[in-house]
Amino acid sequence: MIVYSMLIYGLINSAILALMALGFNLAFGISGVANFAYGAIYIVGGFITWTLISTLNIPYAISAISAIIIMGVFGALIYKFIIKRIRGLVMSEVIATFGISIVLLELLRYVGLIGFKYSLPVFIEGSVEILGAFVDIQRLLIIGLMVLIIIALYLFTHYTKTGLAFRGIAQEEHTSLSLGINPDRIASLSMGIGSALGTFAAIVILPLGTITVDSGYDVLISALSVCIVGGLGSTFGVIIASFIIGYAQTITAMYLAPHWTMLVSLLAILIILAVKPSGLLGHQKELEERV
Amino acid sequence: MKENYRKERIARSIKARSDDIYALTSYREMWYLLFPRVIPIIGIALVAYFLPLYWKKVIITTCIFAMLAVSWDFLSNCGLLSLGQALFFGIGSYAAGSLDHYLHLPVYVTIPVATIMGGFISTIILLPVVRLRGIYFAMVTLILPLMLMRLIEATKILGGTEGITGLSPFPNVWVEITLILAAMWASLFGLRRFIASDYGLIFVSMRDNDRATMASGINIYAFKAQSLFIGSSICAFCGAFMTHSYQFTGMPVFAMEFSILPIAAASIGGIGTLAGPLVGAMILVPLSEILREFGTLRIVFYGLILVVCVVALPEGIFHYASRKYNEMERWVKIE
Repeated sequence: MIVYSMLIYGLINSAILALMALGFNLAFGISGVANFAYGAIYIVGGFITWTLISTLNIPYAISAISAIIIMGVFGALIYKFIIKRIRGLVMSEVIATFGISIVLLELLRYVGLIGFKYSLPVFIEGSVEILGAFVDIQRLLIIGLMVLIIIALYLFTHYTKTGLAFRGIAQEEHTSLSLGINPDRIASLSMGIGSALGTFAAIVILPLGTITVDSGYDVLISALSVCIVGGLGSTFGVIIASFIIGYAQTITAMYLAPHWTMLVSLLAILIILAVKPSGLLGHQKELEERV
Repeated sequence: MKENYRKERIARSIKARSDDIYALTSYREMWYLLFPRVIPIIGIALVAYFLPLYWKKVIITTCIFAMLAVSWDFLSNCGLLSLGQALFFGIGSYAAGSLDHYLHLPVYVTIPVATIMGGFISTIILLPVVRLRGIYFAMVTLILPLMLMRLIEATKILGGTEGITGLSPFPNVWVEITLILAAMWASLFGLRRFIASDYGLIFVSMRDNDRATMASGINIYAFKAQSLFIGSSICAFCGAFMTHSYQFTGMPVFAMEFSILPIAAASIGGIGTLAGPLVGAMILVPLSEILREFGTLRIVFYGLILVVCVVALPEGIFHYASRKYNEMERWVKIE
């Protein structure tokens, strides 16, 4: 009994982690810019959806789509106006995106984003019984959507011109420049799509709880730890890592105590760095298959 | 034909003799060298000793943040980009707090012991990740203080969410001010001298090109561990000092403010100079004290400063000022 529910909840937890990490990973794998504002974008995306639904009374689907579009454009604009000027200076990139993250999150905290009223509605109410464990339909949806997103990303990066251009600039920026690919345009597009994915993850995951400012930092931490363990820039590494960390967290929560779960990702990072610093499937030296 | 001019910069003669050996021939030259060093020391001391008690406390906070910023800049000079000064600060603070609370040691024992202990613990925690560079190291240092905060919250060790209160204070405020001023200037000038030495050159070379440093037969991980120990000891001292100053230690010592303000100070003052971050902290902390009524909005303000300074004004105050002071500028006609 308990083994089955462990399996199911571990799967859900892994899917949540993977959804959180994919957007971050996409932006980093393509534009090479670690977007430390990712957690902030996640929360702001959720907050915009909430505002559209509750204060402007716009239908759920429309507000979700418009939030995704708004945050996508916002991510592209961050690239265009801030990151483009300091591209290549690692320290400046990290400081600037971290600064954006702090501005957004602390501004939301100042405005007073706290309380149970800040929560998104679930897509479909109710729960089903699977192998003796009751699971919300929303949680099952998360698994399905994660699979869909991964398939869509794979098709996009392998069979469309833009997607191939993404991988082109990830692998060899100068050569792709000579083939007529504009790295700045592609990089800003990748930041935009990364932010849109982050907002999508927020809209899917946030109905499980409330929107809080601190979870912005948590999302950034989860995305970072999954990406470090999986190897930054490697999509399959990210998926494997989110399964490892997801199951490890669920098992710890069930057999040890819930408050040890936050140490799991840290421990995973430390072990992976000691054993294989480039991550499970990371290619720090061989740049192919970053996406 | 339109006349074109260009700006010519000439180093003042005294600088030209050598970078670190000065042959002083007149009081004027001595004064030229002493002026930028002595005036701030005397100025800040005067301000610190003669202001009312409230502003004395502000000066103490300023000095603490200045030391954090100097230590951040030292670490970044060694190629270790830290987003979590709060980690070092918090460990030092908790070390001093528990030494005082559980072992009842006096202040003049806890602070030195907490400094060394904090440096040691921080170095050991970060030792596995010292192999990482740039972004990767920054990620781990960002994660650690938040994790430790959660851990203390969840396991309720070391006072849990309440923290440890009622720690022993300093004998009086004069001792406090003298100690922090001495420590601040000692760390600034000590680190500047250290970086300029042959031994310190290795630390800077790790930032500029770590592969080349490795190729010269230097074990850069050993040196990175040393620089971590130096940088985190300074922060741990700040933490221990703050603990006794406020007679409290608790989860707030891992707060984002202790990580973000030093970076903001460094990017205003000029990264890579050690003195620049100090200047930045001297501007930012009193300013944020004036803006106290805005509460958490101040952190938004630091974030904005970070973005604007890094993107638009990457040079910083100190680089600009030292250029103006050390070089003569004039317009010359282009032939």
